[in-house]
Amino acid sequence: MASTETEIVQGIGSDYEVKYGFSVPEDYFFKSGRGLSHELVDAISSHKDEPDWMRKFRHKSLDYFLARPMPRWGADLSGIDFENIYYYIRPTEKQADKWEDLPADIKDTWDKLGIPEAEKKYLAGVGAQYESEVVYHKLQADLEAKGVIFLDMDSGLREHEDLVRQYFGTIIPQNDNKFAALNSAVWSGGSFIYVPPGVRIEMPLQAYFRINAENMGQFERTLIIVDEDAYVHYVEGCTAPIYSSDSLHSAVVEIVVKPRGRCRYTTIQNWSNNVYNLVTKRAVAYEGATMEWVDGNLGSKVTMKYPAIWLLGERAHGEVLSIAFAGKGQHQDAGGKAVHAAPNTSSVITSKSISKNGGRAGYRGLLEVGKGAKGARSKVVCDALILDEESRSDTYPYMRIDENEVDIGHEATVSKIGEEQLFYLMSRGLSEAEAAAMIVSGFVEPVTKELPLEYAVELNRLIQLQMEGSVG
Amino acid sequence: MALLELNDLHVALEDGTEIVKGVDLRVDTDEVHAIMGPNGSGKSTLAYALMGHPAYEVTGGQILLDGEDITELEADERAQRGLFLAFQYPHAVPGVTVTNFMRQAINSIRKAKAGGVDDPISVKEFRTQMLEAMDRLKVPRELAQRYLNEGFSGGEKKRVEILQMAMLRPRIAILDETDSGLDIDALRIVAGGVQELVGPEMGALVITHYQRILNYIQPDFVHVFVDGRIVADGGKELAQRLEEEGYEAFVPSGSATGGEA
Repeated sequence: MASTETEIVQGIGSDYEVKYGFSVPEDYFFKSGRGLSHELVDAISSHKDEPDWMRKFRHKSLDYFLARPMPRWGADLSGIDFENIYYYIRPTEKQADKWEDLPADIKDTWDKLGIPEAEKKYLAGVGAQYESEVVYHKLQADLEAKGVIFLDMDSGLREHEDLVRQYFGTIIPQNDNKFAALNSAVWSGGSFIYVPPGVRIEMPLQAYFRINAENMGQFERTLIIVDEDAYVHYVEGCTAPIYSSDSLHSAVVEIVVKPRGRCRYTTIQNWSNNVYNLVTKRAVAYEGATMEWVDGNLGSKVTMKYPAIWLLGERAHGEVLSIAFAGKGQHQDAGGKAVHAAPNTSSVITSKSISKNGGRAGYRGLLEVGKGAKGARSKVVCDALILDEESRSDTYPYMRIDENEVDIGHEATVSKIGEEQLFYLMSRGLSEAEAAAMIVSGFVEPVTKELPLEYAVELNRLIQLQMEGSVG
Repeated sequence: MALLELNDLHVALEDGTEIVKGVDLRVDTDEVHAIMGPNGSGKSTLAYALMGHPAYEVTGGQILLDGEDITELEADERAQRGLFLAFQYPHAVPGVTVTNFMRQAINSIRKAKAGGVDDPISVKEFRTQMLEAMDRLKVPRELAQRYLNEGFSGGEKKRVEILQMAMLRPRIAILDETDSGLDIDALRIVAGGVQELVGPEMGALVITHYQRILNYIQPDFVHVFVDGRIVADGGKELAQRLEEEGYEAFVPSGSATGGEA
């Protein structure tokens, strides 16, 4: 606890620019030109020495991407200039399994972000993606011995082609939406995880995604398969330097949770405010399985992300816990989806959004109960906290219920920080900013209490940073 | 020079309505002052204004703490200088435990005292102080991990207010109707907690409608407060007289309607 407390205190007063917003010189093994084309797709596939089916999959996906119109709902995406983006950067020739083997600038970056230290203290495995490639990867030896696979997606494809081919693009089809199509065309990096039956990984596996170059496009691709009675907690974090022009991050995450398995996927998204973050995440849960998305969105210019769970087997359970924090110039269009396609399935969606300094944060959700999903239970709770008059919160809770024997609950609240509450805290010596930060961290506590201590501390610290100088 | 001085203090609401109409008062350490007044006399407004509530504007006079004019200071700056208000209706702060809140408050005050440099209390020291204070004030241990005032009974809220006072060690404590909502046992504990802290380090200003709490906290001075003014001063015998004769005896003829404001 002592170090935790010190860390929180140290975090206050520093800012994004110093802690995360720095960049280091580019000295890359390969950097593509700007813009998107079939030639680029070929170049990526060749660099990775991929099987022909993947090359074809990419080309077809690019066609889908080009054919589809931009989404007209959600956030304003008109600022994205697809021709100005670098789609593929390979920073190093080879992946390292020792931090010391990385080029100095890249190693320094990870040190500054505290990843090697976190690995030593509380992680079972780490993948560190820098631009387009996972430059460092390591899994604890005892887990490897139990048959756990934790690789970057490219290595996963090379070393476990059959398993990858069986699932890749089946949970999120390549033409699911425009940005899933883009990812399917130019994907690089991300994680491939397989947890064998009955294996429970007690400490989290973590992936960290770092953008360094200006106008970078990062398109990691993650596939997680949790076999029967197995358990894994996967955590991802992401940051980028502050640039005056935009970058693009568009990931696809597919998850399969087999009977009685459990997967928890935690995201602490802290992109700099010039990143468009457009991500498709979907999981399927079979009989008696549990899927949990814990989704914290603090950074980025625009985020559109609605982690989904398809409850395909009887008694499958899904949870989405989502926090969105929108400050100046930010639009967080976050939410969650639960689709009940089997009897006695249950889901809980809890969304907490905070907006300040003209930011816009919202909940967009879909709850669907199919015919025959008798005994389905679902609860959706969306709470919004608006910190000032210029800021905005939206709630779009869509529901499609095609079965009668169900139990569905929905609650939504919108609140503002009250003068009385602030005065009460300030009368105990807290500054106005400290008081507001305390009210906000209390507001998100239902989500942070679900996180391992280290991440709860991190999230609270990020919220403190967001709150610095924001009130009064 | 007294520790807390109110000189001809006038307080108005945002719409300009004057509620406190010229109050002079001196409170020192090792003293308990009681302000007694009927409902609607402006007692709570006076308490809020002393603590710096933004909805109440000081329209005349001044508040001095240790000789420093604090009339224009924010609530947090007043708290950092040693002023404390036990609320009549403490607010709930969902998601924030009593423990976390207490630690943050202590650290905020320590930071101010260290000239703006972080000087957090050690976990061990905090824990020792907190447990000791909770036991002394008979605050159930489980309250420490509950969210501040959320779902608390009236008695629990008041005890936690006094717990905060004990932990923050103010120099002047203002207690606004602390007796309301307390049964006799709770009142005895709460009053005992206040009485214990009054001494060379702290003075108290007890604001109350009834004389009941004064059976447990012995006032050195009693001030009768009617229609925004102190209309009589005396010792504890004055509280007794109030109890017997009621406030009517202290209302100057013609001003009962407050028409002169």
